[in-house]
Amino acid sequence: MFGDCILGFGYFIAMFIIGELINGMYANIAAAIKDKDKAAIQKCALEQIKSGADALDINCGPASKQPVIDIRWLVEAVREVTDKTLCLDSSKPQVIESGLAAAGSNSIINSTTADPEKLDLLIPLAKRYNAGLIGLTISSKGIPQNRDQRLELAAAIVSACAERDFSTENLYLDPIVMPVNVAQAQMRDILESIREFKIISEPAPMTVVGLSNVSQGTSARGLINRTFLTMAVAFGLDAAILDPLDTDLVDALITAELILNKNIYCDSYLDAYRRK
Amino acid sequence: MVLQPAVEKWSGKIAEVAIGSAGSPGIIKVGGQEALPFLFPEGKIPNAPRVAFEIWDVNPSDWPPELCTAWGESLKDPFTWAGACAKIYQAQALCLRLVGAHPDYGNRSGADVAKLAAGIAQKIGLPMIIIGCGDNEKDNAVLPVVSEALKGRQCLIGCATQDNYKTLTAACLADGHSIIAESPIDINIAKQLNILISDMGLPLERIVIDPTTGALGYGLEYAYSIMERARLAALSGDRTVASPFICFVGHEAWKAKEAKVCPEQGIVWEAMTAAALLQAGADILVMRHPAAIEKVKKHIEKLMNPKEE
Repeated sequence: MFGDCILGFGYFIAMFIIGELINGMYANIAAAIKDKDKAAIQKCALEQIKSGADALDINCGPASKQPVIDIRWLVEAVREVTDKTLCLDSSKPQVIESGLAAAGSNSIINSTTADPEKLDLLIPLAKRYNAGLIGLTISSKGIPQNRDQRLELAAAIVSACAERDFSTENLYLDPIVMPVNVAQAQMRDILESIREFKIISEPAPMTVVGLSNVSQGTSARGLINRTFLTMAVAFGLDAAILDPLDTDLVDALITAELILNKNIYCDSYLDAYRRK
Repeated sequence: MVLQPAVEKWSGKIAEVAIGSAGSPGIIKVGGQEALPFLFPEGKIPNAPRVAFEIWDVNPSDWPPELCTAWGESLKDPFTWAGACAKIYQAQALCLRLVGAHPDYGNRSGADVAKLAAGIAQKIGLPMIIIGCGDNEKDNAVLPVVSEALKGRQCLIGCATQDNYKTLTAACLADGHSIIAESPIDINIAKQLNILISDMGLPLERIVIDPTTGALGYGLEYAYSIMERARLAALSGDRTVASPFICFVGHEAWKAKEAKVCPEQGIVWEAMTAAALLQAGADILVMRHPAAIEKVKKHIEKLMNPKEE
């Protein structure tokens, strides 16, 4: 018990799950956007929340011809059924702003890179809408190849936030998860980066991963996803963008947190977690 | 250097449970906190902890002399006893323990004790907590009858346990009461029992946890750490343990041999046990000695009104 206290009460805080399923990359969502089928979007939102999602990612997908309009429509549809945090997911700042305007408070920008021109634009936007900000440790020079490069990019994002008086508590640093079949040698560095990001500043920034990337192109996607997530939890990961309907995945996450004493055990602990 | 107080931010909230019926003297509310006990800078603490006076349906012949002297003849008649609690000591709530229903202590029928409970509720009007005799089989026969007789009075009835919760939960559900979920100084069982009860349809907002307490010197620290652990989890967002706590302080404190060795010490023992449990997060203290209750009420008042530095 004293151990818990020494580590701080944040020790008990559970993973922040961001549901990834409202994405135009998926055929059902692309069709719903095209047909303006609000019910289909709302169903997808509520299913994810019921399965434990704390937030929902909103992405119009690559096929959207008018993403500024489509993201607004998606956000409005989802906001009719939930007040949960929405992650406005686009590489285009004007699309993100359109989503933010419709979502109101309780939203997260997904995402900025470590490039100054992106940070110049997106940090003020996050401040204006009182939104969180996901910072990818990536720049126009490319994807980092090791731990040091990740840390350097993370530090650049953190200092840009500090310069603009944007609290690092609202910043989510993403170490960029690579597919295991492409960058197997980087997996350990990615996991260790999660821990290192937490000591960059005080208050510590949050950490987040886009989970499904790790298993892209592999033959055992579910198993790889849940094994990576379990390990990342042990490295102190705060948030993950994932498929909350993957019961095995969420069960593994809940159990990992149980073993780290973040939740109180009871015989129905899986069920109890989903009622949070 | 200016000392910065460490202020924790919490996302969770303890459920607020109402006991009693509308009108005079009205409903009392417990729980609803958004912070650890008495840490006002960390969040809202809308309700003060409450003390309930413990009374029995039969003369508690084995109570120590100090307690018997304090209550005198009124111990022989539950109506007189309840009346003294209300009129002399301005009780905020009563806790009626139905010892007489126990097969070994009178074996009174459900109809008999229900009539008594309803009569006291009617005559005294205070919010009521009803506790069974502790024999599972008999409680399952008696408590539903009592529950029905008190329908609409929004009582708090106990105690449900992991092995015996269904009958009482169904009764509370049907008659609009809240339930006490008792666990044997075990946080895992406390959480599981809350889930089992809420699975039957009784909302988490109508459950009060009895974590089972020891008296000062008799394992109080175990209860304390269980309560603290549950509170930290609840305030971090775990709704399944976010229930107010009830602690049967008098029942435990007066069992301690130290409470009986010399005059006044029992009062102190009961008051000190209560004071420690308040810091652990107790919302309802069920107590026996009026002088101990008086001390604890004053203490609560002080804790709830911290002087500005």
